[in-house]
Amino acid sequence: MSDTIQQDSVLIRKVKDKFGQSVIDTAVFRDEVTHVIKKESLLHVSRFLRDNPEMQFNFLVDVVGVDYLPQRPRFEVVYHLYSIPKKHRLRLKIKVDENENCPSVTSVWKSADWAEREVFDMFGIVFDNHPSLKRIYMPEDWDGFPLRKDYPLRGYKDQYNPYGEEKP
Amino acid sequence: MANHEDIVTTKEITLSMGPQHPSAHGVLHLVLDMQGERILKASPDIGYLHRGTEKIAENLLYFQFVPYTDRLDYMCGMTNNLAYVQAVEKLLEIEMPERAKYIRVVAAEMSRIAGHLLSIGAWALDLGAMTVLLYAFREREMVLDLFEMLCGARMTFNYLRVGGVRRDVTPEFKEKCLEFVKLFPSRINDYEQLLTGNRIWLKRNKGVGVISAENAISLGLSGPNIRGSGVKWDIRKDEPYLVYDRIDFDIPTGENGDCFDRYMVRINEMRQSARIIEQALTQIPDGDCCADTPEIVPPKRKDIETNMESLIHHFKLISQGFKTPKGEVYSSIEAPKGELGVYIVSDGSEKPFRLKLRVPSFVNLQSVDTMCKNQYFADVIAIISSLDPVFGEVDK
Repeated sequence: MSDTIQQDSVLIRKVKDKFGQSVIDTAVFRDEVTHVIKKESLLHVSRFLRDNPEMQFNFLVDVVGVDYLPQRPRFEVVYHLYSIPKKHRLRLKIKVDENENCPSVTSVWKSADWAEREVFDMFGIVFDNHPSLKRIYMPEDWDGFPLRKDYPLRGYKDQYNPYGEEKP
Repeated sequence: MANHEDIVTTKEITLSMGPQHPSAHGVLHLVLDMQGERILKASPDIGYLHRGTEKIAENLLYFQFVPYTDRLDYMCGMTNNLAYVQAVEKLLEIEMPERAKYIRVVAAEMSRIAGHLLSIGAWALDLGAMTVLLYAFREREMVLDLFEMLCGARMTFNYLRVGGVRRDVTPEFKEKCLEFVKLFPSRINDYEQLLTGNRIWLKRNKGVGVISAENAISLGLSGPNIRGSGVKWDIRKDEPYLVYDRIDFDIPTGENGDCFDRYMVRINEMRQSARIIEQALTQIPDGDCCADTPEIVPPKRKDIETNMESLIHHFKLISQGFKTPKGEVYSSIEAPKGELGVYIVSDGSEKPFRLKLRVPSFVNLQSVDTMCKNQYFADVIAIISSLDPVFGEVDK
């Protein structure tokens, strides 16, 4: 395991110095650094993290959606970053409310393409400027977003799914 | 007289390959836009095997989810077990006994051998070399027999548990396993003799599906696929977990990023895995195979049968589960297909609030379009095989 991360770690200091206004919160838990940033500055921060010689986050590991119903804003979009040359990891988070769009990072990391499609498919979060935002797992005419907390485990009742719940 | 131009230019067609196609490694539906035999665009259409594993996980206790991970990449279930239990252990901050760590390394590397054997065997079969598949299965059978000795199951193991492993290794297992790793390198030589210098194999794989290191990183490739492009990145070396930092092994890489390099990386990785298993088995210390944390690890079977308190303890633990601290962790391992990561958001209860599986096959499959562009239709088969997607994992 890597050394424990201190508050003056480059992952924390650099981002805070450069984007003090945009960083809402910074947390260290189990040696993982998380920055909660403003949605508007996501692309700026991403480009900085990728291109800065001390950061070099050239590998986007994953994009994850989390539904915090009934909190507001409802969703969090989490970006896991890794740097192959520097061998460090970082987590970025933005908060998105229902019916709000979120900027796509496909222009920074190409691997965001399918990951963002998955978040759209499962949570209904729309990513602006995504090259082809459509469902990836579920059929294109599917009703609802399965990983939302208000979506029933067994789905909604219809002719193919007699065990589902009645739609409210 | 017919216009000459009309005869030579072929019409652009769209071909659906799969989801029921023997070379599609499962239920891959590939929509190919082609000009004659040349591929203009390849768009994978996935989701035929989607089971909603992440939604299921949100409704299960932490330990109940382990069997579900077996069904992700079912070719090598141990590594999936490992990725999940390691994430839960990171959240709980459990320290495991040394013996359990070594057993986990042995199990994970055997899984890697099983996975790569099937990958290469099926790949050769897709390109018309049936013998290799039969040979590869001969050795895979030996690995599966060893797994059966270890945990009683051959494919869906449910062997690792939060805090350790379910059963200790027996001296017979150790002996048989050492026998196997001594024999295995000579068997790899057999495959190499059939494939590595084979003219047809070289024609079908060399210079096919080339992807540059820069593109591979940007598209999120991991595992043998990114190492085939010359990026020396292996989580076992760069962020060592378990006891990989005490074991001596090399990271094979390719140069050109074509199908043949990805094949060579897999072949050499199997040799390294055999080396790792041998070292781990000889270094394995005595001790317990589970952490001594009664609030998480159930009591031993013998105690349950003879001791009332253990029975109550077991009942309570199995019916109620254990709580985890509030917070979020991401933990990843080097699975045979690439980086297998598990992200858990915990709200402090017995069930994960959100569990996300970062499955390597899913991300690797994104690069199909880049690799297939301007290749011939027959190359698509080689490219898919070289990416080695498993649809239990892609579709979750």
